[in-house]
Amino acid sequence: MEYTYYPGCSLHSVNKQYDKSCKAVFEKLDIKLNELEDWNCCGATFYMSVDEITSLSIAARNLALAEKSKNDLMAPCSSCFTVLSKTNRFLRRHEELHKNINSILQSIGLEYNLSVRVRHPLDILVNDVGFELIRMKVKHPLTGLRIANYYGCQIVRPEKGFDDRENPVTMDKLFEMLDADSVYFPVKVKCCGAMSMITAEDVALKLIYEILNTAIENDADLIVTTCPLCQMNLEAYQDKVNKKFQTNLRIPIYYFTQVLGVALGIDDEKLGINNNFYISEKLREISRAPMLTTIYDGPTDELKRRQIK
Amino acid sequence: MEEEVLLPGQLYKREEELRQIFLGNIKLIPEGERIKQCIQCGTCTGSCPVSYKMEITPRQIISYFRAGEISKILQSNSIWLCISCYSCQTRCPALIKITDIIYALKQTALRKNIYSKKFLVHPLRDTFINMMKKYGRLNELWLMVNYFLKTNPLKGLSYLKLAFNLLKRKRYALVKSQIKNVDALREIINQSTKYKLPVEVYKPSYKEDVVGYKAVG
Repeated sequence: MEYTYYPGCSLHSVNKQYDKSCKAVFEKLDIKLNELEDWNCCGATFYMSVDEITSLSIAARNLALAEKSKNDLMAPCSSCFTVLSKTNRFLRRHEELHKNINSILQSIGLEYNLSVRVRHPLDILVNDVGFELIRMKVKHPLTGLRIANYYGCQIVRPEKGFDDRENPVTMDKLFEMLDADSVYFPVKVKCCGAMSMITAEDVALKLIYEILNTAIENDADLIVTTCPLCQMNLEAYQDKVNKKFQTNLRIPIYYFTQVLGVALGIDDEKLGINNNFYISEKLREISRAPMLTTIYDGPTDELKRRQIK
Repeated sequence: MEEEVLLPGQLYKREEELRQIFLGNIKLIPEGERIKQCIQCGTCTGSCPVSYKMEITPRQIISYFRAGEISKILQSNSIWLCISCYSCQTRCPALIKITDIIYALKQTALRKNIYSKKFLVHPLRDTFINMMKKYGRLNELWLMVNYFLKTNPLKGLSYLKLAFNLLKRKRYALVKSQIKNVDALREIINQSTKYKLPVEVYKPSYKEDVVGYKAVG
């Protein structure tokens, strides 16, 4: 299997550990990632508010570049994922718009024929690679690890993608297969505040507080996220939240690829665990335990086993 | 302008202009015309994580639009508080693309320059766009530095601890990397901002349906 990899700006600067862990996990599973040559920023939500045609054309440039290979385009950042798939959706449904965007692209010698599929690594890992293949490679089952699975808003919305929009379960199932426990986490798709952390701090802090608090009240060892902005907001502003709400909240925030990487026996350095602000002791213990010598047989709990099947 | 006498269903000139731009923007959204189907149930407002801070809530936005008061929506803080989490759009029983409609309103506001300059989202967006035009990619560290220099350097000081923590964990890229073909990207941006959608995309009959009180007149 091969995929075209669109890392996005954030994975090249502040959220390096997502980039590292994504590459490490896919390498371990023998899947080749080819970074899209000369990709540009997707424009995020900002360009969408300036001008729709500009924002769609910027994103379409990436799609046109990706079309040169026949592989699916993998975008780990939720914002990139939404913008790129939204562009795809708009152009597919609106013939006139597609014609116009193509005429803009033609000025720089590109053309987009709507054939690229935009995928999220979580979708690829669960639906293309599959539980069976991952299970064969597990070296450290996550027994007893209590995970709060936080999906954020943009990978499951706005359109129905690879999972339910209100109660997604892909990540829950993935980690339950690795013998972890998913805690009750009703805010799994609630917004983290995104960029409003900078522009309207009090609004964002309230949202972050709710998410952290729910996870801690349900005894989670760590929150697992799929989005660089969520990870940053939840992790870096815990002090500000504590100050504002007079609380003492503290919980490690990991990328799902980091936790999966630990289960696959990849070492911490490759996963960028030390780039995280807070380290989960429990996960560290798991990663230091002796590796399995036999093939991992799935979760010990009969109930979990049945659910996954 | 207030002295102008209006017939029922007639709008102020400025309002009419805004309406045309807004409806033009809505045309670009697939199924954007479903805005007509709103039943004012308030599911959007109830789902919105930030509606409690909005001067005009998402449900009211559609209601103001129907009443021909787009300029009031644009002057409020509402559309700039929206962080595109798509909760409203997902839950709307009438399948209205509310988040996309809010984007259309933002575009209208920026085109006609009707917005309160005090919202911090504007300097942040401008910094973002400048950076993108220059390099084709974004560097979060420099984005923040430029943004705080532009707005309030003192507030930037409260982020020093965070910056220090990020540096300590090697989470930064000092070099602003530029894409190879940045000229092509600028060309796209240039072309598309000048771009006018062909006339046939507009269907003028649409306007008649939405101006609610035309029926009364």
